[in-house]
Amino acid sequence: MKHLPLTAALLGAAPFAPLPALAQDDTLNVAAQYEIKGPEASTSGFVFTRMGLTETLVNADPDGRLTPGLATDWSSSEDGLNWTFTLREDVTFHDGTAMDAAAVVNALEIARAKPGPLNGLPITGITAAEGAVEITLSEPMAALPAYLAEFRAQILAPASYAEDGSGVAIIGTGPYMVTSMDAPLSLDATAFDAYWGTAAHIPNVAYSGVSRVETRALMAESGDADFVFGLDPASVARLGMVDGVEVLSTAIPRTLLIKVNAGHPFLSDPRARRALSQAIDREGIAKAVLRYPEGADQLFPPSLAGWHDDAAAPLTYDVDAARATLADLGWTPGPDGILTRDGERFALTLTTYPDRPELPLVASVLEQQFRVLGVDVTINSTNSSAIPAGHQDGSLDLALIARNFSLIPDPIGTVRSDYVGNGDWGAMNWNNEAFATLVAHIARDGGAPADKAKAAAILQDELPVIPIAWYRQTLAVSNAVEGAIIDPFERSFGLQDLRWAE
Amino acid sequence: MKALTSRLVQAVVVAVLIGTATFVMMRSLPGDAAWRIAAGRYGYDNVDAAAAEAVRSELGLDGPALPALLQWLGDLLTLDFGTSLVSGQPVMHEIAHQLGASAALAGIALLLSVLIGPPLGILAGLRPGGVLDRCLLVVSTGLKAVPQFLLALILIVLLAVQLRLLPAAGHGEARHFILPSLTLALGLAAVNARIARDAMARIADMPFWRFAEWKGLSRREVLMRHGLRNVSVPLLTYLGLQFVTLVEGVVVIEAIFGWPGIGHALVHAIFSRDVPMVQGTALVLGLGFVLVNTCIDLIVRRIDPRGETEARA
Repeated sequence: MKHLPLTAALLGAAPFAPLPALAQDDTLNVAAQYEIKGPEASTSGFVFTRMGLTETLVNADPDGRLTPGLATDWSSSEDGLNWTFTLREDVTFHDGTAMDAAAVVNALEIARAKPGPLNGLPITGITAAEGAVEITLSEPMAALPAYLAEFRAQILAPASYAEDGSGVAIIGTGPYMVTSMDAPLSLDATAFDAYWGTAAHIPNVAYSGVSRVETRALMAESGDADFVFGLDPASVARLGMVDGVEVLSTAIPRTLLIKVNAGHPFLSDPRARRALSQAIDREGIAKAVLRYPEGADQLFPPSLAGWHDDAAAPLTYDVDAARATLADLGWTPGPDGILTRDGERFALTLTTYPDRPELPLVASVLEQQFRVLGVDVTINSTNSSAIPAGHQDGSLDLALIARNFSLIPDPIGTVRSDYVGNGDWGAMNWNNEAFATLVAHIARDGGAPADKAKAAAILQDELPVIPIAWYRQTLAVSNAVEGAIIDPFERSFGLQDLRWAE
Repeated sequence: MKALTSRLVQAVVVAVLIGTATFVMMRSLPGDAAWRIAAGRYGYDNVDAAAAEAVRSELGLDGPALPALLQWLGDLLTLDFGTSLVSGQPVMHEIAHQLGASAALAGIALLLSVLIGPPLGILAGLRPGGVLDRCLLVVSTGLKAVPQFLLALILIVLLAVQLRLLPAAGHGEARHFILPSLTLALGLAAVNARIARDAMARIADMPFWRFAEWKGLSRREVLMRHGLRNVSVPLLTYLGLQFVTLVEGVVVIEAIFGWPGIGHALVHAIFSRDVPMVQGTALVLGLGFVLVNTCIDLIVRRIDPRGETEARA
């Protein structure tokens, strides 16, 4: 035992000092997957609007109806070419300057000069008027207010921008104001005393960008984060059993779908696309991989009223019918079970991206389901930009993507950019005049529900994209917090409505 | 002095080689850089042809490669690393920010590993084949065999989720350091404990050691006077080499713990083809390697001056 002092001396240095338990403070910790690229609305604006730092002229309620934001109301001239947005009075930016028409025009002009939805609108001028902003168009556009609800149209104070329009600070009008920003992963904010609306209840909020979903789930479980956004199916199941954490889930207008190159010789016939669609076991994918109750039997989820049509004939799973259709199209099974026609094998590449962890998983299930049909699919999981790039150079065969129909709260924005003309994330080498006419009409005048259903029916019949599942957004909230809801349009975390539980 | 000059030359060669190699590698990656950068800037929901075109015209990506490389090397002479293609911030500024976070993490991990590994290794080496020696062999082999991301998750589940002692992830407070640095440290300690153990066992088997015991010094005195200095030479040399393991570990650990460091920045820069960022981070890591090894050399020379006197003689 004479070595004991030496042993103790050597081991005593090991760092096992007791640590204080986690302190409860007055800061609400938010964790989500998004990284902050910098104080730049065009790249990271969705973090700032979600955190309640910045606001847009127009808001959207959970049903997608447009509601007043920094503009109290809006109207258009008879011909639909001149729009007036009346600005809310007595609103100040976080730096104390007034949110006036000049500031709004400045913010919108800078946003319009950068890539984004405003950039593609037929806007001829944005001018300041007495307490209002006027926007003139070269052609009517009923959905203009919805475009102004998109995050890139957020209104920042003039001091937020450098002379060349690049962002230098986030000075918005929201219920919270930035106290420190440490791009790419963290941001602290405190309640803004001079907020025009109902003041936030929780005085301080902190944002952490945590890209790994496993880590986010563990942060929720350990209580390090009170509000954890975007969980994977496995974590949802586990967190459901943890005390002290509540898991919320809401259907959102985002669809998991296969983008099809309709110009490809194997896929140009709508019957071939329908056969591929019939070979997909949507319910199996939904239940086993995504852990959702059901798959998508049409493109638009039920939350998109008008575009979703309950009366539409659902997409079905019927491998035998799919086989028969492909046989009619001249495909016969080769020695390895893969279909051939005129000496060509039915082999395609399915491109996808791992930014959303479920995509490569679903891709591998699809590979097996298509193989049963006799279609050989090779998965290429790569950078997300490979999909629009492949669309542009025509090299894409199939792509598995998750498409949000409400980046602009009115789906017409996405429908118009994706399915008419040459939208990078929508139909490829597919043009349908009746559809284009309907969409142009809806974009111009708003359109009746019947018009939207008719347009959706064309997509259902022609399948320029093959829907697989409708997404759900998930959120884990600590029991220390009350009042959490998920905004299906993913515009806001709703932090200003949260309270500490009694 | 001579050693320092040769290290300085080495640093310059490393800088030029790394800068050129990363440049050539990034340029020869498949895929169009404008698209990748646009995806990095705007995210998968918003990357489209218009965004890629805007990036292309803003950055002038279609220019010839050689002038761009020469320009970068020229700027380097004035310590100008360029600006990030994704965030638009100066690379120097981003790296200074991220390197600080990584260096702090790596430094604490190294310190922890030195506190955990070598003491146990020395104790085990004093009694080769003893219970502690055999246990240490099993534990260190086990720890080395477990991938760091798995070890990180095990520690999170154990210390953060089950015992609720420590935060699972995050950055900004002292307690946030503990789990990521412990994860790194355990991996490092697993190996440096073995190095210390082998060195100790070798030294304890030498005639001078037996002589010291024979002349009546206590075991403690023998270790302090004749053991530690001898053990520290191979240990320090090995710590220099472990810097590579540490950099590699930092990349994985930062992703898991949401740590805003240089490893995290490097991975993202590669994904989004941010060439100046990749060049800058690779350069800083390369020069860090030269610096660490220079320091280790100098320290080892002080501890063990035999080589130097022989060279002079």
